[in-house]
Amino acid sequence: MTDFQTIDLLAILPEIALTALGVLVLVLDVTWRGKIRQQLGVVTAVGLFAIAALTAVFTYPAESQLLYGGMMRHDLLAFVMRLIFLVAAGFTALLSVDVDNLGRRGEYYAVLIAAVIGMNLMAASADLIMLYLALETTSISAYILAGFLFNEERSAEAGMKYFLFGAVTSTVMLFGFSLLFGFAGTTNLYQIGTTIQANSLAITVIAVLVLVGVGFKLAVFPFHFWSPDVYEGAPTPVTAFISTASKAAGFAVLLRVFLIAFDGTNLQSASNWLPLLTSIAVVTTSLGNLVALTQKNIKRLLAYSSIAHAGYALMAFTAIQSAPVQAEAVAAVVYYLVTYVLTNLTAFGVIILVAKNVGSDDVAAFAGLNKRSAGLSLAMLVAFLSLGGIPPLAGFVGKFFIFMALVKANLLWLAIVLAVNSLIALYYYLLVLNVVYNRPVAEGATEIQVSAPYRVALTALCVGVVVFGVIIAPFYDPITRIFDLVK
Amino acid sequence: MTASQIIFLIVAVLAIGSAIAVVTAQNLIRAALWLIAVFFWVAGIFGMLNADFIAVTQVMLYIGGIAVLILFAVMLTRKVMHEPGSRYNDNLWLSALLAVLVLAGILAVVLPVAWPTLQTADVSGNVRALGLAFVDKNQYLLPFEIASILLIAALVGAVAIALPTKEQL
Repeated sequence: MTDFQTIDLLAILPEIALTALGVLVLVLDVTWRGKIRQQLGVVTAVGLFAIAALTAVFTYPAESQLLYGGMMRHDLLAFVMRLIFLVAAGFTALLSVDVDNLGRRGEYYAVLIAAVIGMNLMAASADLIMLYLALETTSISAYILAGFLFNEERSAEAGMKYFLFGAVTSTVMLFGFSLLFGFAGTTNLYQIGTTIQANSLAITVIAVLVLVGVGFKLAVFPFHFWSPDVYEGAPTPVTAFISTASKAAGFAVLLRVFLIAFDGTNLQSASNWLPLLTSIAVVTTSLGNLVALTQKNIKRLLAYSSIAHAGYALMAFTAIQSAPVQAEAVAAVVYYLVTYVLTNLTAFGVIILVAKNVGSDDVAAFAGLNKRSAGLSLAMLVAFLSLGGIPPLAGFVGKFFIFMALVKANLLWLAIVLAVNSLIALYYYLLVLNVVYNRPVAEGATEIQVSAPYRVALTALCVGVVVFGVIIAPFYDPITRIFDLVK
Repeated sequence: MTASQIIFLIVAVLAIGSAIAVVTAQNLIRAALWLIAVFFWVAGIFGMLNADFIAVTQVMLYIGGIAVLILFAVMLTRKVMHEPGSRYNDNLWLSALLAVLVLAGILAVVLPVAWPTLQTADVSGNVRALGLAFVDKNQYLLPFEIASILLIAALVGAVAIALPTKEQL
């Protein structure tokens, strides 16, 4: 048995710290009584942001390497994704503090932290066994979170639906993993990649089976059916978390599995499954946007909109079919995820506050929001314009990089699909903003109080959305190296 | 066909047959008993793979622990014991057709592949090897630890959901 070296511990430093934080929260849950319990969420959030800072400072991978007997890989992809998950979870915790029956329960934050541990390892794992365990850690925690308000019918239904759908898709994916193992004779993704042949029907079938599980995480067509119901029924902070961090984790797996295990950097091997991914991306985006047009409930609207956004990111990924654009394609996916996570968290933050005040998730509940809280309506404006891809906000830059990658890869038709879809999406985002700014306030509506954690979270998120839309190079340049370092 | 292949086929058919019985049985108690049969035959498959430790664990944990727990849970909730409703709905034949088609498709693709076979390993003392592999940094230490986090999260979540909250939090 070999001894631990510094790098071994550094590589899982975020996970060790997260485990400690989870234990701390559970202990505080037992010892704190009364009003101080409101601080549980703040403690969790501060802890998560501190771990994010720790990760950023200490775990930057000087060189990419396989660790723990090839179970995980310490590289830039894992580094960037971890930061996304930690920050998203931190904001989720901040946005949870005032939610009834949720914000003052330590178990909720503990399970949230467990989900983050799973996501971190999803992004880092380089072995089928590790990957599956990490995926299940994330999924099972997410099922619990979605059904956390078990006494409320909608939340229980959401948790149950999420669980059943997830269990079936994860079984299919596991079947795919078992075939992949039988095919390659190894569970290590990097070794599997060397055995992949071009024009192999077997590889296509295995890729489809694996895609069932990954597609469930991404909520892309035809594995999206759970998402509107779960998004609507789950407690709103959980919806925010599932629609952002969980989706980003799915993309981390997609990148690593399809680039490495299915040898996506090699165009011959990629031809086994790329046409399929391309058509899924197109259908997902169009379907998400078209169905979103008719939604009256804001959480369902954002559910379909987030289906469409997963489609955009998937489109960016398909640009890897042009060899010189591969690094840009991967960078476009990651940058898009960053912008999407920040933007969607902002939108859900506003929804939590409005829904708590009005008691309804309908778009109509937002009527005249600008007269009830100027700050909230501004946050809503920033979030929805960013989702719609209006400069100078982050969403625009994310879409711009995807567009550039597609054009450079000579996928002009995909770029046109992207542009048309962005226009459709902009229409329904503006419809919501129209309700916010132009509809009269309902009678008896009062000013909406925004407590300190929410004010901090929403301000930080809005600043983030603007920063990632204006100061681009310092973030984008390191991300372009992910592709070279992941190989 | 070698003898072990024939035995494997028999065990596999029994396992799948019992699994079908689990979902078609009218009475929940019977379904739970069939589930025990499934666990048993799966343990048999593990045994045939020279994974004797896992086979024993399967019998002890799944039959001895989980199945008994399920039986208790069913018996304590009497109402659901004799569920009158049909096990099937209108989609039975459509889904059966779909399942057969998917199976045929996968078989058609997978069967012609020349699968690499692993060397038969020396399995004497493999319990010790298994134990060491779980704590060896260069083998399965990390997955082993993550499995414990997964289980604790599931436990905490199950308690949080199942226990009625006395106070409004």
